[in-house]
Amino acid sequence: MLDHLLQSLGLSAFSLKGFGPLLLEGTWMTVKLSLLSLLVAVSLGLIGASAKLSSVAAFRVCAQIYTTLIRGVPDLVLMLLIFYSLQIWLTLFTDAMEWDYIEIDPFAAGVITLGFIYGAYFTETFRGAILAVPRGQQEAATAYGLSRGQRFRYVVFPQMMRYALPGIGNNWMVMLKATALVSIIGLADLVKAAQDAGKSTYQLFYFLVLAGLIYLLITSASNFVLRRLERRFNAGTREAIR
Amino acid sequence: MIEALQNYWGPLGELISDYWRPFLYTDGVNVTGLAMTLWLLSASIAIGFAVSIPLSIARVSPKWWVRWPVQFYTYVFRGTPLYIQLLICYTGIYSLEGVRDQPLLNEFFRNAMNCTILAFALNTCAYTTEIFAGAIRSMAHGEIEAAKAYGLSGFKLYAYVIMPSVLRRSLPFYSNEVILMLHSTTVAFTATVPDILKVARDANSATYMTFESFGIAALLYLVVTFTLVGLFRLAERRWLAFLGPAR
Repeated sequence: MLDHLLQSLGLSAFSLKGFGPLLLEGTWMTVKLSLLSLLVAVSLGLIGASAKLSSVAAFRVCAQIYTTLIRGVPDLVLMLLIFYSLQIWLTLFTDAMEWDYIEIDPFAAGVITLGFIYGAYFTETFRGAILAVPRGQQEAATAYGLSRGQRFRYVVFPQMMRYALPGIGNNWMVMLKATALVSIIGLADLVKAAQDAGKSTYQLFYFLVLAGLIYLLITSASNFVLRRLERRFNAGTREAIR
Repeated sequence: MIEALQNYWGPLGELISDYWRPFLYTDGVNVTGLAMTLWLLSASIAIGFAVSIPLSIARVSPKWWVRWPVQFYTYVFRGTPLYIQLLICYTGIYSLEGVRDQPLLNEFFRNAMNCTILAFALNTCAYTTEIFAGAIRSMAHGEIEAAKAYGLSGFKLYAYVIMPSVLRRSLPFYSNEVILMLHSTTVAFTATVPDILKVARDANSATYMTFESFGIAALLYLVVTFTLVGLFRLAERRWLAFLGPAR
């Protein structure tokens, strides 16, 4: 399909040489990986933020250690550390329990690793956003008899999202670009597909540039979606400059 | 209990005594580890900083044919992963015959170090340009009007009024970018540059002590990160004091 598209655009000089499906598969892998990692990271971020704002000191300390350590160490180092260690720890565990050897699915490990790393960044984003919602809002919600869950769902969350969105967008972009690193730990993502295609056709340059363009397309699309979301969550607030 | 400790500390002690030198500065022949990481960081940051100043001024130019090329550059380099940029610089460009035929280009792109620093500098320069351009845009109107009233214009306006203020106010964002760049230097090992992570990988494949090898690397990066954070905090106290509350 990509081949036809390129040809119809008059770019027949550069053909994908039958590597179109491979690239599409790689792109799909990258998108899938980033979206699932986002899900893990946002959930961890919400948990982390509530731990940081908790009245229990132990939760606060744990969350503080989590965000400080993770944000102080490069994501690639953490990725290698967690990705390889996960398997070793699991093997030690299964050996100790005298179970059969379990091999971790690299995709699942990638999602968990990326989600765990970026969860620390989301924790900070959400913490700041929750703090930005005036305290009186929570007190008023309590006065109206809303339960803890209702307070979060109907009062804090919609207001917090307005403050959190720029940070979420930023983190998402960084995470999306970090998924390019998973080819280093052996996942067949877009970068891997481009490298494979490039090596076997001796057109490494063109395929890598193409991979870059696909990333650019994804980041531009997410920019567009984020701007729409921001408009939605900013509804009802006055802005000085439009 | 003691036996368990010995079993654990024994190999770890060996790992450290075998690899502390490459982790910190040399493997006996080349500069490696921490020293290499710091060199990659400072070289790319220095080039990126120097180039981003004229580019950020061009980025806010009222003339579209000055503004657009810079905007296009930052858009492309901030919208694609650094890893792909490095791969293009290191393996992609050298796979082009036209490049290999040119003696000068051939010489430049054959060297992994050149390619790595080129890719890193281009990447950080794009982010830094946007940081500075944002700060130029948020200059107080009155400040520039006052400078113009004093007869400053063109180069002098930028050199004496706008840029000093811009560089100060960008400091918090710039420190963030430097730390992100430190974290990004880890991809250098894919271009065979022997930075901290490369040494950790070598140690891992030689000893199979995965957690320990990468753990040492993580600790080293953590120390550098905290040192940078501390230094930038000192710098902010020195140059951003006028924005803080009165003391």
